[in-house]
Amino acid sequence: MMRRKLKVAVFKFASCSGCQLQILNMEDELLTLTDAVEFTYFLEASRATAPGPYDVTFIEGSISTPEQEELVRRVREESRILVAMGACATAGGIQALRNWLRLDDVKRAVYPNPEWVKALEHSKPVAEVVKVDYELRGCPVSKERLLSFIKQVLVGRKPYLRREALCMDCRRKGNVCVMVAKGIPCLGPVVQEGCGAICPTFGRGCYGCFGPSIDARPEALASRLREIGMKDRDVARLFKGFTGWSEKFRKVIDELEGGAR
Amino acid sequence: MTGNGRESLEIRVSNLARVEGEGGVYLKVSGGRVEYVEVHIHEAPRFFEAILKGRHYLEVPDITARICGICPLAYVMSSSRAMEKILGIKPHEEVFKLRRIAYLGEWIESHVLHIALLHAPDFLGYDSALQMVEEHGDFIRDSLKLKAWGNRVLEVVGGRPVHPVVFRVGGTYRIIRRDELLPLLKRVEEMKRRARRVLEFVANLPMPEFRQDITYVSLRNDVRYPILEGDVVTSDGERFKEEDFEKRIEVEQAKYSNSLRYRLSGGRPYCVGPLARFNLNHDLLAPEVKDKLAELGIKAPLKNAFQSIIARAAEVYHAVVELDELITSYREPPQPYVEGEVREGEAAAITEAPRGMLYHRYRIDSEGFVRYANIVAPTCQNYVAMEEDIRRLAPNLLAMPREKAQWVVEQAIRNYDPCISCSVHFIRLHIINN
Repeated sequence: MMRRKLKVAVFKFASCSGCQLQILNMEDELLTLTDAVEFTYFLEASRATAPGPYDVTFIEGSISTPEQEELVRRVREESRILVAMGACATAGGIQALRNWLRLDDVKRAVYPNPEWVKALEHSKPVAEVVKVDYELRGCPVSKERLLSFIKQVLVGRKPYLRREALCMDCRRKGNVCVMVAKGIPCLGPVVQEGCGAICPTFGRGCYGCFGPSIDARPEALASRLREIGMKDRDVARLFKGFTGWSEKFRKVIDELEGGAR
Repeated sequence: MTGNGRESLEIRVSNLARVEGEGGVYLKVSGGRVEYVEVHIHEAPRFFEAILKGRHYLEVPDITARICGICPLAYVMSSSRAMEKILGIKPHEEVFKLRRIAYLGEWIESHVLHIALLHAPDFLGYDSALQMVEEHGDFIRDSLKLKAWGNRVLEVVGGRPVHPVVFRVGGTYRIIRRDELLPLLKRVEEMKRRARRVLEFVANLPMPEFRQDITYVSLRNDVRYPILEGDVVTSDGERFKEEDFEKRIEVEQAKYSNSLRYRLSGGRPYCVGPLARFNLNHDLLAPEVKDKLAELGIKAPLKNAFQSIIARAAEVYHAVVELDELITSYREPPQPYVEGEVREGEAAAITEAPRGMLYHRYRIDSEGFVRYANIVAPTCQNYVAMEEDIRRLAPNLLAMPREKAQWVVEQAIRNYDPCISCSVHFIRLHIINN
C-alpha cells in the first residue's frame, strides 16, 4: 500500500531565497511532509543531492545569466512537473527593473569592471526560456498555497490555483477599501490574491507582489489613478515593482512612460 | 607539518549546501603550505544599486528587503533609519519598541533556521536536519516551535514573516494595537524553556578544536544588546560612529567572487555577526541568559568560530526574554508614523541583521528620489574571515581523512551562516580566464 515518495527538487536562480524559505517555514508540517515527499535536490536544506528525474521541481528566481539559461533547460528535461515559484520565477522579479535600462549602462553604474560581467539582456521569467506547467505567484510565494499544491499532486489531482483579484479577498476580510475611503493608491483591483490582502489590512495599498490577476485591466486602473490626481510617472512607478515585467503591467508602464516622454 | 598526516590536500566544493544562496570553496595545500583558499561566490547579479536610482525614498525599504528573504526586516530597518536621518525625523519611542520586537522575531526565525536546519547536522555528521529527527527529535521539535513563534511575531507585527509590509520610513502604516501583540505572550514561558533547551543542546555539541585570530566588530550602545543603534566597536579597542564606517574599512575585489569583500583599515580580516556581538556585548545579555551560560560553563569571549552556534542560541534565548518585556510594556503610539520634510541630503545607518552589521547609505534629491545608494551586507564583511579561518585550520585538515577534511571546510563556512543572496546584491565580477 505504501506509495513511492514524491521526488521533489528545488532550484534557485536569481532571487532572495525567500520563496524556498517558505518551504522551511512550514514548521508544523515539515516533519509530516517528509513522510510523503523526498527532497532529492534542495541545497539549502541538505548536502545530499540525487540526480533527476524529479516528479516536481520548484524553480525560485529569474533567469538572468547565460549559465542559468542553460541550467534551467537541463532542469526542465529532468522534471515531470515544473513549477515557477514566486515573483522572480513568474515575472522576472524586482531585478527585472533593469530590463528598462540599457544593460551596458546598468553594468557601468554598478561595476568597476563592467566588461567582466556576464548577464543576459533581460532578467526573465522562467516561462520565457522553458515550458512551465504551473505558476505559484507571490513575493514571497504563499506557504499555504505551496502546501496545498503539494497535497494536490500527492493525491493525484490536477492542481487547482485561484487566480481572482485581491479586491475579492480584501472584501471578504471585511476591510474598508483604502482607495475609496482614504485615496491611497492600491493595485488590488488588478493583482492576483494569495497574500491574504495584508497591505490593505495594515492600512496601505497593494504593491503588486502576486502579479496581474486573470481578468486584470491595468489600463482601467491607471486612468482611475490619474483621476485621483496621480501623475503618469507615479502611476508607472506603482506598476513598476516586484511584478512590473509581467506582460500586462509592462504594457501599461510603457504606455505611461511613453506618454510622459 | 603534521607527523602522521599528509603534506598535500585539494578540496573543491562547487556548490555549498545548507547556505543561503550559491557559492563554493576551493582549498589547495601542497608541501604542507596553503597555496590558496578561495570562497567562490557565483550567485547571479541583481544590480540593486542601478534599480534603486530614481525610486522614491518611501519605496526603498520594500525594494531593499528583496535583497534577502531570510532577513528582509534588517534591510527595511537600515534603509528606514538612513532615510529618517536625511529627513531629520525621529520615530516615536513606542515605534522604536515595535521595530525591536519585529527585529527580535527575525533574529529568532533566522538564527533557529541556521542552528537546527543548517548548522547542527554538521556537528553530528548528518547530511540534513530531517535525518536528525529520529535521534534528536526533541531538539528539532524545540527548534521548529521556536522558529514558528519567531515567524508568528513577524506576522503579527509585520503582516508576514518573509517581506513584512507594516514598517515604513517614520514608523508603521497603521498603529499596531496592544491587543494584537498580547496573545504572543501566551506561549512566552514555553518558548523560554525551549530556548534554554536549545542552548543546552548546542553547548554540548562536540566542538572542533580551533582558535581564531581575528577582529570582532559590532554595534554597541552600552544600554541594550545592540540591534537598531549604537557606535561601531572592535575587539581591537576602536569605537566610531556609523557615519564613519566607510572610512574605516577597505574594500577589495577577488577575481573568483561575485561579491565585494571588506577588511578593517590596515588590511585586518574581521568578523561580524552573533559571535562578534556576543563577544563585545555579553554584559548586556538578560540576567537569566547570563546565568544559564555560567551554568553551562560558557565564558566570553568565544574565540572558536565553531562556537558561533552557541552565540546564536544565547541570542535566541535573550530575544525571547526581551520580547516578553517589550510586549508587556508596549503602549500604542499617538500616531502610526511621523512625516519629515523632503529635502536633499545624504546619510548612513547601521543595524544588526541576524548575520551582523548591515550598512546602508543613500543620497536623495529635493523631491525625495534616490540619487545614490551603497549597501554593505554582513556576509560580504565575513568572506575574508572565512578564508582566514580555513587557512588556520589547514594543519588540522592534513591530519584528517579527505572526506572529513572537506566536511570541516564546509562547516567552517557555515559557521558564519553566510547569506550569499545578500552578498551579491551589487557586485558580480566574472573572469573568463582563470
